[in-house]
Amino acid sequence: MILLLIAIYLALVLSIGLFSNRLFRKTGEDYFVASRTIGPFVLLMSLFGTHMTAFSLLGASGEAYLNGIGVFGLMASSSALMVPVVFFFIGTRLWAIGKHHRYLTQVQFFRERWESAPLGLALFLVLAGLMVPYLLIGVMGGGITLNSMTGGEVPQWVGGLLVCAVIFTYVTLGGMRGTAWVNTFQTLVFMVLGAVTFFMIVDQYGGLARAMQQVREQGNAQLLVRGDKINPWKMLTYTFIPLSVGMFPHIFMHWLSAKSARTFRYPVMFYPLCIAIVWVPSVLLGVLGRIDFDPATTPGNAVLVEMVARHAPGVLGGFLAAGVFAAIMSSLDSQTLALGTMFTQDIVRHYGFRDQLSERQQVLIGRLFVLGILLVTFILAQVSARSIFKLAVWSFSGFSALLPVAVAALFWKRSTAAGAMAAVLSVALLWIYFFVQGWENPGYTVGGTGVMPVAVMFAVSALMIVLVSLLTAPPSAATIGKFFPESSADGR
Amino acid sequence: MMRKTWIYLLLLLFYLLHNDLWFWHDARLVWGMPVGLFYHVLYCLAAAGLMALLVRYAWPAYLEHERDGEGG
Repeated sequence: MILLLIAIYLALVLSIGLFSNRLFRKTGEDYFVASRTIGPFVLLMSLFGTHMTAFSLLGASGEAYLNGIGVFGLMASSSALMVPVVFFFIGTRLWAIGKHHRYLTQVQFFRERWESAPLGLALFLVLAGLMVPYLLIGVMGGGITLNSMTGGEVPQWVGGLLVCAVIFTYVTLGGMRGTAWVNTFQTLVFMVLGAVTFFMIVDQYGGLARAMQQVREQGNAQLLVRGDKINPWKMLTYTFIPLSVGMFPHIFMHWLSAKSARTFRYPVMFYPLCIAIVWVPSVLLGVLGRIDFDPATTPGNAVLVEMVARHAPGVLGGFLAAGVFAAIMSSLDSQTLALGTMFTQDIVRHYGFRDQLSERQQVLIGRLFVLGILLVTFILAQVSARSIFKLAVWSFSGFSALLPVAVAALFWKRSTAAGAMAAVLSVALLWIYFFVQGWENPGYTVGGTGVMPVAVMFAVSALMIVLVSLLTAPPSAATIGKFFPESSADGR
Repeated sequence: MMRKTWIYLLLLLFYLLHNDLWFWHDARLVWGMPVGLFYHVLYCLAAAGLMALLVRYAWPAYLEHERDGEGG
């Protein structure tokens, strides 16, 4: 029954992708950014669905199950402030510049802003590399969900493969319009089903207060406080992680799809509420998971699905599994589309293949690149047993540390290509260093102080772009004039 | 202009309020929810209000006038 419901759900998602293909205007701009026609509600839902992934359901509940409620402050409420602020200050401006110059990718903007092709290539490599752990958590989440919901009957690799195949199909067919529509549908599905799951399970415990009391009586009172597991430095420096939203390639593409600057008002105002709607049930269910499960036998990544299987078996369980799939796929699709677009635009076209290859061949190469990335991710998912939450934090940290590059590009005329390159390379090197440290010690913080590596990477990145820019020649007057026209100079 | 400055200051204050040192070890329940979590849920709701103020009083309207329609 569960498999049947999931199959029906996946077929529904595919049919939305197919339907949107009928509205395809057969232009690159329509495929990649839906001809910049997306309205406020779909923009809000697609941005939110794209941002929230296996991380916010399986990862957050798993972390709460292991370490308690502190995860909400670390990631959710900090995102409720930082993400809309980034939309407001960065997203609206990038949308305006992107529309004016008809950009489709971040790399196009940064390359032209600083008149540097090597910078564009370095950014492409770093952004694509940082995307792999982010994709990985989605593929892992699909496998874990199907495996747990079927009591281990369906191996994890089948779920991962299924997610990859469905996404590859509808992204290929529908482009950005299909992705935005499917995301809106899937975001509504996982928000509603998440709330239903929460109320059903809590009801079975006799209400929230009674359930929390059970957690306390079973000797797990430490889960109800932030306590010594998280020190104030960790809490403070975690606030850098949601800044990653300013550099995600898939979020950038969704920004570009907006109809007007005004379209951003909904995402700015309602994002904090959407975060609360998804994260509160997820974190509370993770804590309640300790009533029935033990971390020694049930890993954190699987606890939410195990709870659904135990407390909501049958038809509802199938719907809820579909909800988890919805959260996972609504991110993977945009990420896949963004990577394919970047490869087609920033590598294939930019490096001179435009004249040698037909339009059809360029698109084919872009799709083969996406297929390759999904294949690598799928293989990594089979050998990775890392926490979904921690993998996401690593990916987000790298993107956050690149934000000073975007801020300088938008607000600092004097910033230079050399400065931006120094920032990008410093982030790449520091990320590799910290990731190796974190691989050996999953709870790694800088010098054991509680300071998250993201804070150091962010500070070094900002310092590099400032210092190296001041030591090198400023961009040409033509470039400054192109990106800082006098008429829009206020506010910069 | 003054309004904009006040809202930016409010954003800064809000950022500082995120580090709720006062509930760090408090395990009381409020409406069934640990108080440390309840505070951060309220924080999300207040953030939505703050964003509404930001949109109302500090919106970069020039982006709509200057750019909208020019390139698209």
